[in-house]
Amino acid sequence: MTAAPEHAPKMAQAALADRIAPYMPVLLVPILAVLGFLAIPSTSSWLTLTVSGLAMGMMIFIMASGLTLVFGLMDVINFGHGAFVSVGAFVGISVLLMMGHMVEAPSLMLNLTALMVAVVGAMAATGVMGWAFEKVIVEPVYGHHLKQILVTMGGLIVVEQLIIVLWGPEEIYISRPEALKGAITFAGAALEKYRLVAVAVGLVVFALMRFVLRRTKIGLIVRAGVQNGEMVQALGYRLRLVFIGVFVAGSALAGLGGVMWGLYQEVITAHMGNHAMILIFIVVIIGGLGSVEGCFIGALLVGLMQNYVAFLEPKAALISNIGLMVAILMWRPMGMIPVVKAK
Amino acid sequence: MQAVLSGDMPRSKILALILAGILICLALAPFLFPGVRTVDTAARICVFIVLVASYDLLLGYGGIVSFAHTMFFGIGAYGVALASTHMGRGFDAIAVGAAAGALVAAALALIIGLFSLRVRAIFFAMITLAVASAVAVLVSQLSGLTGGEDGLTFKTPRELGPAFKFGDKLFGVKLNGKLLAYYFVFFGALILFLGLLRVVNSPFGRVLQAIRENDFRAEAIGYRVVFYRVAATCLSAAVAALAGSLYAVWLRYVGPDTTLSMEIMIDILLMVVIGGMGTMYGAVIGATLFVLAQNYLQNLMGAASGLVEGVPILPELLSADRWLLWLGVLFILSVYFFPTGVVGRLRQGN
Repeated sequence: MTAAPEHAPKMAQAALADRIAPYMPVLLVPILAVLGFLAIPSTSSWLTLTVSGLAMGMMIFIMASGLTLVFGLMDVINFGHGAFVSVGAFVGISVLLMMGHMVEAPSLMLNLTALMVAVVGAMAATGVMGWAFEKVIVEPVYGHHLKQILVTMGGLIVVEQLIIVLWGPEEIYISRPEALKGAITFAGAALEKYRLVAVAVGLVVFALMRFVLRRTKIGLIVRAGVQNGEMVQALGYRLRLVFIGVFVAGSALAGLGGVMWGLYQEVITAHMGNHAMILIFIVVIIGGLGSVEGCFIGALLVGLMQNYVAFLEPKAALISNIGLMVAILMWRPMGMIPVVKAK
Repeated sequence: MQAVLSGDMPRSKILALILAGILICLALAPFLFPGVRTVDTAARICVFIVLVASYDLLLGYGGIVSFAHTMFFGIGAYGVALASTHMGRGFDAIAVGAAAGALVAAALALIIGLFSLRVRAIFFAMITLAVASAVAVLVSQLSGLTGGEDGLTFKTPRELGPAFKFGDKLFGVKLNGKLLAYYFVFFGALILFLGLLRVVNSPFGRVLQAIRENDFRAEAIGYRVVFYRVAATCLSAAVAALAGSLYAVWLRYVGPDTTLSMEIMIDILLMVVIGGMGTMYGAVIGATLFVLAQNYLQNLMGAASGLVEGVPILPELLSADRWLLWLGVLFILSVYFFPTGVVGRLRQGN
């Protein structure tokens, strides 16, 4: 009889690269910021660009989060997501224009109230629209990616055209509420107030989303549904209802993002959602389809990248984001934080 | 006949009649419908048949959705335009431009395909959308090279221009270079279309269909799914680029609006779905119907909008500018209820 081989545990610590790997996506954001710092000669412009990059990233995150969750949960890819962005912007901005006197008043309270009303109106409108969209357009094509892409694209065209019918084909120019105009100066850098607000709103939305997903029962069901939907159904939960809820919430968030994006650009068109979709897709892909955290990090990366490159070499801005996507897909083919499906 | 159509017969009498009608009308278009606008429409139909057929190779046979098809189309068109601008007018410039365009398009498709298709087919749709938009923006920004938003006007060989005359009238039609240009486009389109028909009816096309139906099983049988999908993407991109070259030769102009815009992409999608996915003949019918509708239906809608004047909203819904709205509705309905399109219906009726 041979003796069992001697148990010889290796006490060596895992290599640094292995220990860092799980945190790598999170570290990418500061790394990109530092790279930007090295590339941009003046510190104050770097600070301005970083804040505007973060603001842009937050807005893209708000618009994209619904899309990635919907995909994770039901394997539904919604190419019409941009329609919610456009509708949100148009409804929100219309409400703001109706309350012109409150928006133009120099009081912060009045401005914020008007903004809140506009945001709530836009989110309600896009939420209801999301529910209708899910019922009419998406439901008949569950489990069929090809048809989903085609049909949701058709839905996007129809909604865009309806916006033109209702609001006219011209782009609408708007100005931000009085109290959010202008910039504050910090360390010699001009930081636009509106961008700081956008960063704050983005952080709140992300925190709220993480809270709901990690700490509540409904979040537990959603996360379990992403991993293995059949099992959740077998346990007696009506995943279909959960899914509709997520779809509606995602649409409402896209509406919120639309209002913020519209105020950021200070002009809205029926096609703005479709244009935003380009960045949204890049973010969702590099984050890993279905992952909210990945989407958040991806959005920040894209926002920072876009602003740094637009400053250094304006023509390369959009291409740089494609380059970012290519680089990340070479590194992790499924995106930064791939969603593990239990199948 | 079997050999020319690669054994893929129409399999429906009505379909065969319609196809023969379209072929005859297109082949004799300058003689049957003399007129600048009608011949222009006929040439547009020829080009779009090839473009839509190449897209159908991807969508209908490969089951992959791409939003970059106009980008490949545009690459071919710009290839000819740039070659003709820098090499001077001549057939050699057209040949070099078309070949270079097709190569660049295939190479780009290879890169995009390798990046996205090895992971998930769904990535492909999203990445192509992003890349195509980026390229469209880039083309309008690099105005030194591409003419920006204004596009490029260039000269084609003298033999293809209206100033070149090679005889007197035939059946009342002037025999000039414009006629030759039309037949250049027509035969170019015919050859490319028959070539595509050959491809989809080859073993390669069969494997593609197998992958579309069940990629997991196809992989299990031993076909390398990624290889086939990427190859289909490259082939489709190259043919789209060649169609773009034909279009550029016909228009003697390229610009972002005529070749790269998202609207053309949507047009292509509509043509494929209305004609019928997964059959090359669907492309013929879809493109013909659509281009005709685009040219003539808009007037009809304008008239309808005039009729309901005074009623709120209705005139705006019916105005000619909103025809994309109705196409969108038609598109959704046809994906739900006629996923096989006109051709599928006709074949089913048999």
